[in-house]
Amino acid sequence: MNKPIRAVSIFCMFLFLALMANVTYVQFVKSGSYNKDPRNARVAEASYSRERGQIMVGDEPVATSKPVDDRYKYLRVYPPAGARMFAPVTGYLQLGSQTGIERSQNAVLTGSDPQLFVTRLVDLLKGETAQGGNVVLTLDAAAQKAAFEGLRDTLGPEGEGSVVAIEPKTGKVLAMASYPSYDPNELASHDPAAASQAYKSLDADEQEPLLNRAIRTRLFPGSTFKLVTAAAAIESGKYHAGDQVPAGTTYQPPGTSHEIGNDGRGQCSPAKIEFATAMEWSCNTTFAHLAVDVGPEKMRAQAEAFGFNNTSLLDLQGQVASVYPTSVDVPDSEGGGTRELSLAETAQTGIGQNTVQSTPLQMAMVTAAIANQGTLMRPYLVDKVQTAGFNVLRTTEPETLNEHAVSAQTAGELTDLLVSTVADGTASPAAIDGVDVAGKTGTAQRGDSLCSAGGKPPYAWFVSFAPAQDAQVAVAVMIEEAPDRACGEIAGGQLGGPIAKAVMEAVLKK
Amino acid sequence: MPTNSALMGFVHRRRRGAELFLLVLALIVGIGAYAAVGLGVDGEVPANLIGYGGWLTLLVVAAHVAVRIVAPYADPVLLPVVAALNGLGLAVIHRVDLAKDTGLASQQLTWMTLGVALFVGTLIALPDHRLLARFTYTSGLAALVLLILPMIPGLGTSINGAKIWISLGPFSFQPGEIAKLLLVVTFAGYLVVHRDALALAGRRVVFVDLPRGRDLGPVLMMWVVSLGILVLQRDLGSSLLFFGLFLVMLYVATERPGWLVVGALLFFGGAATAYRLFSHVQSRVDIWLDPFADADGKGFQLVQALYGFAWGGLVGRGFGEGMPQRVPYVESDFILAAIGEELGLTAVMAVLLLYGLVVERALRAALISRDGFGKLVATGLAAVFALQVFVVIGGVTRLIPLTGLTTPFLSYGGSSLVANWVIIAILLRISDQARRPLPDLAPDAEDPDEQATQIVKVVPER
Repeated sequence: MNKPIRAVSIFCMFLFLALMANVTYVQFVKSGSYNKDPRNARVAEASYSRERGQIMVGDEPVATSKPVDDRYKYLRVYPPAGARMFAPVTGYLQLGSQTGIERSQNAVLTGSDPQLFVTRLVDLLKGETAQGGNVVLTLDAAAQKAAFEGLRDTLGPEGEGSVVAIEPKTGKVLAMASYPSYDPNELASHDPAAASQAYKSLDADEQEPLLNRAIRTRLFPGSTFKLVTAAAAIESGKYHAGDQVPAGTTYQPPGTSHEIGNDGRGQCSPAKIEFATAMEWSCNTTFAHLAVDVGPEKMRAQAEAFGFNNTSLLDLQGQVASVYPTSVDVPDSEGGGTRELSLAETAQTGIGQNTVQSTPLQMAMVTAAIANQGTLMRPYLVDKVQTAGFNVLRTTEPETLNEHAVSAQTAGELTDLLVSTVADGTASPAAIDGVDVAGKTGTAQRGDSLCSAGGKPPYAWFVSFAPAQDAQVAVAVMIEEAPDRACGEIAGGQLGGPIAKAVMEAVLKK
Repeated sequence: MPTNSALMGFVHRRRRGAELFLLVLALIVGIGAYAAVGLGVDGEVPANLIGYGGWLTLLVVAAHVAVRIVAPYADPVLLPVVAALNGLGLAVIHRVDLAKDTGLASQQLTWMTLGVALFVGTLIALPDHRLLARFTYTSGLAALVLLILPMIPGLGTSINGAKIWISLGPFSFQPGEIAKLLLVVTFAGYLVVHRDALALAGRRVVFVDLPRGRDLGPVLMMWVVSLGILVLQRDLGSSLLFFGLFLVMLYVATERPGWLVVGALLFFGGAATAYRLFSHVQSRVDIWLDPFADADGKGFQLVQALYGFAWGGLVGRGFGEGMPQRVPYVESDFILAAIGEELGLTAVMAVLLLYGLVVERALRAALISRDGFGKLVATGLAAVFALQVFVVIGGVTRLIPLTGLTTPFLSYGGSSLVANWVIIAILLRISDQARRPLPDLAPDAEDPDEQATQIVKVVPER
């Protein structure tokens, strides 16, 4: 019977070889794709159960991992003092999902980033569990606090708004506040029912506390867009800061019967006024006229030079591009297709209306570029990546987005105009004793009727930078809703100015 | 007869020292893995390591001493290999215990104690494996009764759709595990007696010499009935196992490869019919073809196991670093997924090699066995072992559709563990008989008649 027994042996050998080959296939060949499968909760849970690196502002952590005695081992904790304030930037961590910096810097925080390879190797050899690296943000704690508390105290519990502050020379984001905000600790809870309940109620909230308005909300920039119009006008060579510019009580752009007025600001009434006066009193007639003089192509080119129609922030996901209209749809009844803006429409874009839309970050970038002699820097939030032991692995190098968004000459002229707007004009609430502040207000009409006539309240904007000649900080304040305030109170200077001032002071004090 | 005397002159060495050395290695695996689980999960050596290790050592030494005394010529590799597998299994079950907050490892250690006791008992009670041939029909009947037991209302328990358990008070028991051993004895006992008739008498149909009905009938009956019971119980794994077992033994007994062809045709025919008729077979096949189609439903277990294997990669995550508890039933059928995840492909290969060694050693015993019954029993047990490993490991790694079976010596489960220890005892007994030198016949050499009668070893009466 030995012959068949040998045959059985060979058969058994093939059975085992088949098992070995198949296990090799599963554990070696397919391993990578199984580990990348988004349905693989094991991978998500493993990174969730690891000691994650800290997110820091200055020397203080704003997100840290605390050892706990449950199945996930580490709880993500956002120190309560700054939890809501920093939430739009830090984001939150949940099993299988992250937002904000928690998401964009996930590889560093979990320790899987190639930059941390050596650290990981050392940890492995020492027999220690690999720790994630730390992420140090560019945020200035004092500026962030001033921004968030300014919004909270000005807008009231029902309000909505956002502040972005940038260091003009580098593009470092010094403050990025969005109001209302949320407590990421509630979402990071290890109790799945509590976390999911917290998410549901935040998600259903009409005030959209989960929304990072600084990069996700775009609105009519209103008069703050006059910075772009003025820049285009000066760059075109047709106007200079010291020149007389056209003004008037009303302006009727070519090809329309619709008139643009100045909401009763008498300083704009003469047919010709100083450019500085036009900026100081935010004369709609002037800037509508300038936009028409420059033409839609140059207006668009100038807006795009400042970053419109594009995204620029790499450190957070979800930035929406701000808009300067590229074309207008022609109705099918008139042949369809698209056409260039008409002069009437261009006139409206010149005062930040029509379909011009901007995020707070975008207006901060415009302001920062003017403050930085015309050079636009890429805004960034991650300053440094560190090992768990706080050794710096990488420091972000500032990156120039546009060397000459405007020429240094133009930037200087614009600065002069904006300084006088704070000194003698509508932007005076942002004035700081002993410092030259450059600033501009914006109050963008929403809908066809004015607030005072029963329409919706306007959006209030404020942009500024200081010190004017050597800017340390450029700020954009956007107020979307302030229901506690009466119509007349909702104006860029009145509401936004003090917030911008507080943020600038927080930066300059250091 | 010079050639014969040269053959007679060769004497297998006992190699008990080698067995002891290998057993020490096996203990290092078992106790080391247990300590590693404690270190990996809790960051400290388990408090009961001394007691646990001592008990494991005691069991292994007891088995070794028993082999030394009552089966001194037994194969020296089998016992260390199964000791290593059992030790590793205990450690992995302990690991899953820590994750799930259960206490299965200590129960498994109790079952192992019972298994080793029965192992020793079998070796002592069975000085010659041929004694088993006396129970050819008895064990066949016993196997059938055991298989039917779970179908008796009140006694049988259905777990996961398969009615293969009986519960007696707090104990639940899988009679199929014992039945497979009994059926091997039955098939071997029957086939060794009727092999000539089966092989030679009969009619040729196409390319197979079909034996006469009265020769094949009884054993065929046994087989069909047992297979029918298992199909009714929806125990696909065991059905496959018994089918393959019978086929292998029939082939070895008759030396007719034609049986394999018939068997293969029957298998594919049966599989196709089962696929048509039974929804649970269809669902198993669907899961196998695309487990990710219903990754959170029917395919969940297999998908989680595959993720676990992949997560382990080549060297594994290390004890305590994986999430074996994500796989349902990871402590029993899917224990290899836990090993694959935390110890990696390396350990899975090692486990497969250990299983391969068991099969190889069993088949080697069959080859050198001096009697047909021993050959058939050893081959049958080797085939059971190989098929069981193939069916369960192939199932959890998606080589073949998943059918529930335990992983021998690794999985949590008392009946399986105890039955496997008895199987190893029988294999050791067969190899002991095969390797043992022939009785010294020199004093009686002058009388040829006496020599002829004495060459058959006396089977003690019981």
